[in-house]
Amino acid sequence: MSGSEQENTHRAIERVARESYGRLVAYLSANTHDVGSAEDALSDALIAALGSWPRDGVPQNPEAWLLTAARRSFIDLVRHRQVAEASEPTLALLREESKDMTLSPEFPDERLKLLFVCAHPAIDPAMHTPLMLQSVLGLDAARIAHAFLISPTTMGQRLVRAKTKIRDSGIQFEIPQERELPERLDAVLEAIYAAFGIGWDDMAGVDQSGRELAEEAIWLARVLLHLMPREAEVHGLLALMLHCEARRAARRGLDGRYVPLSEQDCEKWSLPLIEEAERHLGDAASRGRLGRFQLEAAIQSVHAERARGSGIQWSAIMMFYEQLMRISPTLGTRTGYAAAVAEAKGAEAGLAALDGIEADDVSISAAAYQPYWAVRAHLLQRLGKTTEALEAFDRAIGLTEDPAVRQFLLQRRG
Amino acid sequence: MQFALLIFEPPAAFAARTADENDSYLGAWRAYHKAIVEAGIFVGGSPLQPPETGTTVRLKDGKRRVQDGPFADTKEQLGGFTILELPSLDAALEWAARCPAASIGAVEVRAVSPEYMRRVTG
Repeated sequence: MSGSEQENTHRAIERVARESYGRLVAYLSANTHDVGSAEDALSDALIAALGSWPRDGVPQNPEAWLLTAARRSFIDLVRHRQVAEASEPTLALLREESKDMTLSPEFPDERLKLLFVCAHPAIDPAMHTPLMLQSVLGLDAARIAHAFLISPTTMGQRLVRAKTKIRDSGIQFEIPQERELPERLDAVLEAIYAAFGIGWDDMAGVDQSGRELAEEAIWLARVLLHLMPREAEVHGLLALMLHCEARRAARRGLDGRYVPLSEQDCEKWSLPLIEEAERHLGDAASRGRLGRFQLEAAIQSVHAERARGSGIQWSAIMMFYEQLMRISPTLGTRTGYAAAVAEAKGAEAGLAALDGIEADDVSISAAAYQPYWAVRAHLLQRLGKTTEALEAFDRAIGLTEDPAVRQFLLQRRG
Repeated sequence: MQFALLIFEPPAAFAARTADENDSYLGAWRAYHKAIVEAGIFVGGSPLQPPETGTTVRLKDGKRRVQDGPFADTKEQLGGFTILELPSLDAALEWAARCPAASIGAVEVRAVSPEYMRRVTG
């Protein structure tokens, strides 16, 4: 086989792995609840494919080939572990299923159940996103660890622990009942958005892994939308991420300098992505169930209006933030609200809104929240309160991880 | 728990120490220091004189060996250390990522060892 043919085969394997990974893991673990073994079995199957496909050619139905190989390996794995009592039903189940498989290469898409399992309330919320990235998208623990600022060994251990819990604690692979669906779906959306946020923050203009993680999150949202096309908030989440994604090229100057949203060159925004975002936002709105992600997307939509030559309607942004605060009064929302108030009603009013955050609730400490200090610094500076502004700038700079943002703040500080 | 942030810096960072008041690396460090003090987690620490001013001592076969310069000859050198009081390694890594040296050099995070300290102090 020639080099280029071999390359084609490798690419075919990569493509199948990417597109089928989550489907195969979800299917293999839906009945057994053993996500870890399903992943191990699938990686065995992929290794086998790397050995045999270049030799025998890519099979007609690569997914079915992988499933058959993975299932064989799964049975071996479970047998090998010899946890006789617990796994005997599992084995019987798998043998039973193997028979069906030979008849039909089609198998149900269980990814939605897997997404709900990953974001199950019994699982540590900090592990929801890493679990999804690994079991649905096939990202390795080391890459997830970089993104989450955790050592690879620790991330590996935490993932194993979470999967053991899924296997042993009786968490069901099922779509939640109607009455608990909103809350459970919210956890799934939060986890996807967290992946996007980390990818977003990480992307210091050059960091490829950050960029990829944001793309993976959008992919996950698309998968979710495909599985739940009627949920307004799923459309909302996708719209929000697409709006942000549309601005990627404008976030940094040619020299890597940080460019704040209000100063971005909107010629560099991606119109197709903005239009797609708007379509999803419209679709969400037509379903008449407002939610956090739709509101956040709506705020980004107002910013995107600038691409059409109109000024920013700060009063509209302020109004969306007001609604958002009723649903999810997080520190981030309240800081965003204060920034919008400052633009709509003046710096004095914005600063009063910021002061309100600390006065209201001491439990959500703003002390280590960088955006709070950045907004505060800018407002104080605008009001000519130089000494206080310098203090706030220092706090913001000290809490900044991104060197480009740090540089930007240092310059503004003067 | 106490964690040591060991600050490894490239030669340019050591060279920049004599720069004027407007140096951005210095500005970033001032802000970072203020942030850890305000957060109430600063236990102690200090920058160190540049690596070439180091002198390394060891005894080999009972004989003193004194070497000019730092212990290890690497591009990035220990430039200082900070000890922070934090609840977990996760929190320590977060503060390490915010450290200005993290984007131009490296920051190693290690928990201090009170167990061994107790054995040493008796």
